[in-house]
Amino acid sequence: MAKSRIILDNLQFKLTIERLCHQLIEEYQDFEDTCIIGIQERGVQLSDRIVKQLVEINPKLSFPYGKIDITFYRDDYRRRESPLMASNTEMDFNVEDKEVVLIDDVLYSGRTIQAGLIALGHYGRPKRVELLNLVDRRFNRHLPIQPNYTGITIDAIDEAYVKVEWEEQDGKDQIILFPTKQS
Amino acid sequence: MAIVSSLSTKHLLGIKYITTEDIETIFQTANNFKEVLNRPVKKVPSLRDVTIANLFFENSTRTKMSFELAEKRLSADVINFSASSSSVKKGETLLDTVNNILSMKVDMIVMRHPAPGSAYYLSEHIDASIINAGDGTHEHPTQALLDAYSIQEKVGNIKGKKIVIVGDIKHSRVALSNIMCLNKLGAKVAVCGPPTLIPKNIETLGVKVFYQVKEALEWCDVANVLRIQLERQDIKYIPSLREYARYFGINKQLLESLSKKIVIMHPGPINRGVELSSDVADSDQSIILEQVENGVAVRMAILYLLAGNVSN
Repeated sequence: MAKSRIILDNLQFKLTIERLCHQLIEEYQDFEDTCIIGIQERGVQLSDRIVKQLVEINPKLSFPYGKIDITFYRDDYRRRESPLMASNTEMDFNVEDKEVVLIDDVLYSGRTIQAGLIALGHYGRPKRVELLNLVDRRFNRHLPIQPNYTGITIDAIDEAYVKVEWEEQDGKDQIILFPTKQS
Repeated sequence: MAIVSSLSTKHLLGIKYITTEDIETIFQTANNFKEVLNRPVKKVPSLRDVTIANLFFENSTRTKMSFELAEKRLSADVINFSASSSSVKKGETLLDTVNNILSMKVDMIVMRHPAPGSAYYLSEHIDASIINAGDGTHEHPTQALLDAYSIQEKVGNIKGKKIVIVGDIKHSRVALSNIMCLNKLGAKVAVCGPPTLIPKNIETLGVKVFYQVKEALEWCDVANVLRIQLERQDIKYIPSLREYARYFGINKQLLESLSKKIVIMHPGPINRGVELSSDVADSDQSIILEQVENGVAVRMAILYLLAGNVSN
């Protein structure tokens, strides 16, 4: 059986997050009329980190930051054995006419993002939505959805599993590619 | 990985048939739906391919509207049925009525019926998921769940809290479901009312009994006040509503004479001036309108969790 391998180590991980933040600053500058929204639950770890890093780079930055749960918008409800437990949505602003940066960790089939966009529409009509992902598994898409900002692009077969590990939770920031899904 | 949530049962027939873990799962899911109900667009697409029939063989305003709203907020297709305008009047049996409705490809049934055990009976004979919205004097599980959810929201963890149910315990399905639900959540439960309206041996359900309303209110943290159900009383259990109001009605003066501030609840409809005076019903101690608001979120949670079992 093929072994797992690290595809982004600790240092590369740090550089990648910094690069993504600089790309956002380049595009949005002072973040006027811009908000950042992380998708629960794993996208929020990334969005928390991005928000923290953005403010470290430019302490004057201020923007609304929300966390959105997409459980009730999933298209696989009733196609699974049991419904999934929802996480909290923390959105104390609406997105009417705002520029939105939607953040999730791994872009795979695109269905999470589709659900995220529907959920987002319930908070108003955004002027523009851009997508930021740490990992883009570009050959596994089910829907025509592409990221605007990508940490790393991976060409992996469907059976492979990408795990993003976080220092706060797993002890180390890194991304690991497994040949099959881990239980 | 996201945690899977499901109930231990396919139907919600009564509190008797669900576990404490089920109640906690419902409450946790209801928290998420409460957030949905405070959004600019109060709707999610979860149940978009589910059809639900609301069968009300008995009158209802609040419960029916609350269920219908919950179903619509979840994007389900809804059909409504009320006995007064149906073939039931022409002599059709319950099972025939329901089977006819099910052959129109209905996935879930919400039913209120005057006969105790009717929801259970139906669950033995049909495949659809059934939610009991009140079966005679037996159970009203969604009311008990939304009451317990509202108590938890107001006073925190229910475990160890003292809750008294005041009024017509004998004819109340709300009382029975409440007693079972609160017991499962670890509350101390009591009932209070005129001796004729307290069922014999009710202590076996693990409740204290009070016959003096002041004593009961002194004891409790929360009082859930029920209506006198004249429509279910075949004989006179109390001399008059006026006498009931005098001895068991709760007014501002009585509340102010207590040593602590208690929470007042009522499942509705209120008979103002009988079980509660207007100044109590509208006071800041009353959470009656919060109960109604929470009703939609709790019912959304129940529908969402049960609809997961409905096959495609």
